[in-house]
Amino acid sequence: MGFLDTIFGRTKPVQPKLDDLFGLPSAAVQLEAATGFKPTGSGSVSFRAAEGRPFADIQKEVLELLDMDNGKPGGGLPVEVTKDSYGYTWIVSNHLSDEMDALVTDLHAVNSALVDGGFGPQLLCTLVAFSDDNHRRLSLVYLYKRGTFYPFAPLPGRQDRRDNALELQVKGILAEDLRIEQDLARWFPVWGAPGL
Amino acid sequence: MATRTRYAPDRGLTVRMTATMFLLGLVFVAFVALIIGIMSAAHASAGAIIFIALVFGGGSAFVSLFFSDKIALAAAGARVVSPQEAPQLHGIVDRLCALADMPKPRVAIAPTRMPNAFATGRNSKNSVLCVTDGLLRHTDLTQEELEGILAHELSHVAHKDVQVMTYASLLAIVAGLLVRFAFYSELFGGGRRSNNDGNAALLIPLIMLASAVVYAISFLLIRLLSRYRELAADRSGALLTQNPSALMSALTKVSQGMNPIPTQDLRAAEPLNAFYFAPAMKLHGGGPSLSNAFSTHPSLKKRIEQLEKIQRELGQPGAGPRGLR
Repeated sequence: MGFLDTIFGRTKPVQPKLDDLFGLPSAAVQLEAATGFKPTGSGSVSFRAAEGRPFADIQKEVLELLDMDNGKPGGGLPVEVTKDSYGYTWIVSNHLSDEMDALVTDLHAVNSALVDGGFGPQLLCTLVAFSDDNHRRLSLVYLYKRGTFYPFAPLPGRQDRRDNALELQVKGILAEDLRIEQDLARWFPVWGAPGL
Repeated sequence: MATRTRYAPDRGLTVRMTATMFLLGLVFVAFVALIIGIMSAAHASAGAIIFIALVFGGGSAFVSLFFSDKIALAAAGARVVSPQEAPQLHGIVDRLCALADMPKPRVAIAPTRMPNAFATGRNSKNSVLCVTDGLLRHTDLTQEELEGILAHELSHVAHKDVQVMTYASLLAIVAGLLVRFAFYSELFGGGRRSNNDGNAALLIPLIMLASAVVYAISFLLIRLLSRYRELAADRSGALLTQNPSALMSALTKVSQGMNPIPTQDLRAAEPLNAFYFAPAMKLHGGGPSLSNAFSTHPSLKKRIEQLEKIQRELGQPGAGPRGLR
């Protein structure tokens, strides 16, 4: 925030950074090689729905767009829309485990539709889910406003506990492939996120 | 890359805020000029009084700025809570901070039954966001309404309102001290002055009078500025959550909830008034216009009107007012 913004007490809506998302497919390969965590094929975009008709219209268009290629190779399953307990909307796209590129393309389609509609500041985070053979869960969370990723690993069977050791391990592994959020205070937990 | 943005800045508010700050600056310049004039009349005791007032005033402003978070937390009896203690509250703040791309402030809860919230701290790293028990336990406040209130408080942090208001009140603090010092020196030092020093005997009351006038004017301007900062925080908060309706209903509910609260709580909370979500104490006496001029918060009606405007912008087909940025 600039000096003038402070003087006048105004905040500019923060526009999202979208491009870093495309680093995900290669990072997923690296992650699997190092830890055995495979993509589940599920990914989601979380945003804050604005009140009013224009936003509802855009959301409807996005869903229609994503479902156009259902049934075709790489097209994935129909998208799901859920609203979490914090009032954020999640659009969940489900693909096969090896279709990371198609998944990222889907996620990007949601992002760019919102940005084109002028609702870019509404994007909160995107989440791509992974799991290993022991059914441990891990997700990479992308923070749109920062353009950074962080790992989130809920401990199985324990409520509201995170596997911090695993998260820090993943942070080290992916440090060269993705921009990892360095401020650990911003690694907020996304309990109960759809697709996780 | 030209990105579409849906929000036009509120020029009217910016202009009014600039005008207020300009007037404050003008009073400041006039005051300094007057003091220099008095100093050049070269009277030692007057000079000393002014110097002491400047040091004390500046010092107290610095202390209150530097320790604003600790002072406010102590005054409210609030306690910083961890994410484990208040997961839901932290969850809302986490998400709002991620949306707004700002560092997360500490989160505190004050054991007060009055439903309210405040944010303080000299910068975003040292800021703390405090909500009262009454707000969290408010039975008919939905999560979205609570979120609207928190977004309003986070906007105060983003706007650095504690700093802005401290700098703005510096002049009033110094002027207020000068009135007091000049008064005491008149009381205790007046008798000692010899007859050939008649010039100086006039000087002290002059300083007192000028300071009193400056204090009164800057007090009103600071209150005016505070009301504009509230409107600005309402606006930024509503734009952050994109849900002006929730903030409107939260405002209405919290303001109504102010009335049936015990007086003791209200008095204890009054010094913190400027940083609260809704004013804890309504000023008594005077007509409606007079009490408005003294108030730290704009009237509920004004705040609702502004939010309705944002509501209309969001509901406009096509895209509403927008510009390229």
